[in-house]
Amino acid sequence: MDFLMPATLPLLSLLIWLPILGGALTLTLGNRPESARRFALLIALASCALCAPLYLGFDNHMGLMQFVEQHAWVPSYRINYALGVDGIAVALIMLTAVTTVLVILGAWRSITVRVHQYLAAFLMLQGVMVGVFCAMDAMLFYVFFEAMLIPMFIIIGVWGGPRRVYASIKFFLYTFLGSIFMLIGLIYLYLKCDSFRLVDLYAVPLSMKEQTWLFFAFLIAFAVKVPMFPVHTWLPDAHVEAPTGGSVILAAIMLKIGGYGFVRFSLPILPDAGMHWAWLVIALSLIAVVYIGLVALVQEDMKKLIAYSSVAHMGFVTLGLFIAFALVHTGGTAAAQLGMQGAMVQMISHGFISGAMFSCVGVLYDRMHSRMIRDYGGVVNTMPWFATMFVFFAMANCGLPGTSGFVGEFMVILAAFQQSPLVAFTAATTLVLGAAYTLWLVKRVVFGKVANEHVAELQDMNLREAVVLGVFAAGVLFVGLYPKPLTDLMGSAIAQLTTQVSASKVQ
Amino acid sequence: MTIVMPTSADLLPLRPELVLVAGACGLLLVDMFAVARGRAMLFWLALATLATAAGFALAGLLAADPQAPVRAFNGMYLGDAIAGVLKLGVYAVSAIVFTCARPYLAEQGLSRGAYYILCLFAVLGMSLLVSAGSLVTLYLGLELLALSSYALVALNRDSAIGSEAAMKYFVLGSLSSGMLLYGMSMVYGATASLDLVAIHAAAGAAQDHTMLMFGVAFLVVGIAFKFGAAPFHMWLPDVYQGAPTVATLFIGSAPKLAAFGLAYRLLGAGAGPLSEQWHVMVAWLAVLSLAVGNLFALVQTSLKRMLAYSTISHVGFLFLGLVNAGPTGYASAMFYALSYALMAAAAFATLLLLSHRGHDAEDIDDFRGLNERSPWHAFLVLMVMASLAGVPPFLGFWAKLAVLRSALDAHMLWLAIVGAVFAVIGAFYYLRVIKAMYFDKADNKTPTVLTSDRGLQWMLSINALLLLLLGIVWNPIMTWCMKAFGAV
Repeated sequence: MDFLMPATLPLLSLLIWLPILGGALTLTLGNRPESARRFALLIALASCALCAPLYLGFDNHMGLMQFVEQHAWVPSYRINYALGVDGIAVALIMLTAVTTVLVILGAWRSITVRVHQYLAAFLMLQGVMVGVFCAMDAMLFYVFFEAMLIPMFIIIGVWGGPRRVYASIKFFLYTFLGSIFMLIGLIYLYLKCDSFRLVDLYAVPLSMKEQTWLFFAFLIAFAVKVPMFPVHTWLPDAHVEAPTGGSVILAAIMLKIGGYGFVRFSLPILPDAGMHWAWLVIALSLIAVVYIGLVALVQEDMKKLIAYSSVAHMGFVTLGLFIAFALVHTGGTAAAQLGMQGAMVQMISHGFISGAMFSCVGVLYDRMHSRMIRDYGGVVNTMPWFATMFVFFAMANCGLPGTSGFVGEFMVILAAFQQSPLVAFTAATTLVLGAAYTLWLVKRVVFGKVANEHVAELQDMNLREAVVLGVFAAGVLFVGLYPKPLTDLMGSAIAQLTTQVSASKVQ
Repeated sequence: MTIVMPTSADLLPLRPELVLVAGACGLLLVDMFAVARGRAMLFWLALATLATAAGFALAGLLAADPQAPVRAFNGMYLGDAIAGVLKLGVYAVSAIVFTCARPYLAEQGLSRGAYYILCLFAVLGMSLLVSAGSLVTLYLGLELLALSSYALVALNRDSAIGSEAAMKYFVLGSLSSGMLLYGMSMVYGATASLDLVAIHAAAGAAQDHTMLMFGVAFLVVGIAFKFGAAPFHMWLPDVYQGAPTVATLFIGSAPKLAAFGLAYRLLGAGAGPLSEQWHVMVAWLAVLSLAVGNLFALVQTSLKRMLAYSTISHVGFLFLGLVNAGPTGYASAMFYALSYALMAAAAFATLLLLSHRGHDAEDIDDFRGLNERSPWHAFLVLMVMASLAGVPPFLGFWAKLAVLRSALDAHMLWLAIVGAVFAVIGAFYYLRVIKAMYFDKADNKTPTVLTSDRGLQWMLSINALLLLLLGIVWNPIMTWCMKAFGAV
């Protein structure tokens, strides 16, 4: 299958290496922050532009990996530089490219120290994250998966808030601990089938016992990343302490890598263990939705509230993916597809919404240097345009129909209902809880009388901030009103995933 | 009894060692008679000696036939690919060390001649050790290395702490040599041979392994001592901390390659048939080293001492490869030794970067705010620490991958999991260095002067970038290692 698509232009390699090399070059612009900003923006826009041929050249009706590149990298360990994308990866790559541009724009004036290093870290991060989405070789995936840690560690630690050191080290160690078990799992699979290529890993038969061990090894790695209850505790710290851009990338892209990991590894490689343990993941997802939703209700820090709301919303991703196991078991293939489709739409949608919410907090923080809800009140009086945007994203966060937040959650709940009304009902409480914590946040921050003289002095957002939030809003509306291009893009990948999930690998 | 003169067939494979002997003796003469300006040449002479020896070693490696290794002096000296790769590694790492040590020696007023000469003799010992085909050559090389190292630690003779470290090193080192020798005598008693091939054959043929096992147990202890594996690690932190940084730089890097050579020759080439027995011992040494090294490193404030404990933990990882006791296992352990030697050379050299006259940088706090003072050097140290922690795509990660694979290959899942958990714990203290450089601000106690020596700066840059570059292109090295053990 590798020879079916002779790629004249190594598009995926370009998408990975252009930002990484661009980031390295940005590092040399140390004493010229303005040039560094322009150069970094140029690189990010160029990567964005590269997404156009990716999307246009992608054939929705082909279930196979496309834009395939494959070269032997380390023949002595059978490691390949193998790249390829399906619809899910294409959507996530585009999300990554757009978000990076917005992050660079968002930091234009708010970051003033060591600007070049900040921008370089984000560009390198972008390349590495795109690499995660493209990797068709388990070891290549792992390299990109781990290489994300260092730039993010630096971003949180250097430009973060007062407890940045604690947050950055916690972030690093949590993720490192999770993924090292995955490494052992991957080596085990390698010894079993003498290859790290994903296609070979998909084909290798595994006994139930092996699958169970591997399932938990992968579960730890991806559950930390998503993050799932109870290993989510690094996220509020990391989000709160990270600079705005760091929070946006964390929420919009990095969490998705956990969900993507389930799609690429756990589901297709370990279908039987997944079937057997789906109840556990579903239970943890529901706890995330309900319990973390309640936790979000009592937060006093805006960023922390949004961080907890992220955990709750990501619960839908894991729920949608694993409810599919139960559904294919009882013959509901169409519903299983719906659940997975919903999970993937939710990933993209949450990327826009959480990125936008954190950008909104960033706009406020740049002016007031406070994230505490009690320091605000009546922002609508001084920043009407900003308030409009904020309320819009808040509505999307509650899952208002017409916004992207509704589509994914609705699809997952619909699928869950066909398996168990109880699960669906529990998941649906998010609509109440989400509305409660989000609207209460809006009420306390945006509405009411002007709370203090600092709020009275606030300036409405400038053009740059309006562009950043406007692009996010466009994404939210587009997915919310017309999700068909997105679902079409991911359709064949989801169909293939359903086949893999329903096929037993025990021999 | 007639005296047999060595023939050219005996001497030709020995060319790297002969060059080293000639070079070291030449340096002695130059150091003795030359005036101040001549002494400046010592460094270049030492480097030239290493380069020539490396050239011969490379020629020997390229000509090496895995099926029929060159045996000189009736098999006492082996010119096989394993020795070739290890020698090249030793020479390359020593060259890095020599370059990095140069400004420190000049600034601290230490005797340059003594340093380079002792190092060259140590390199000679290592060369001999990794090429040993018999217990006698092995011991000869080991002692030459050990004696030179003891003297190196005492290089700064006015330093009380340095002298103490040297004494400690000498006493414990002698003890371990004694154990090793005792083990060797047992093995000799059981197999009636000093030749490793003959020992291998006799061990495979013997019915009763009692005496042999008794000897092998002592060999394992001796090897653990030389490596600094827990619980035989007591000397290591004190010696590393007490020695002048240039001496730590040397004894902390290249000799790890020689120690791997020692372990392979004794346990693999010699006592290979008994691997079922000794691999359990090595596994427990690995677990203990990982635990002791990582947990003690967590609480250190001195970077030098922290790196010393981290050495112990890296030895634990290297042992994960040895546990496998097969060609791929030895290849992965050798790969680990090569990577570690490179990383250790870079890590200890970063201390030299911050040292200047009157200030011996050794604390993590000395690195505070380095990113503000010198972003490039902070970035280099970042790469070195990330590599030591085992973060991809740096070389250290692939070394860990290789040994974890070997442990899993040997069906020791529990050992791989222990290794993995300690890799995470270990990451914490490397992160502390990165944290100090990037997140903390310099205060008035932080040394503000970076060394201005171009040689050191270039060498450190090359070394750190090599960790990245070899992390991307590590296939050739791994292929060499696997070919050397016939694993391909």
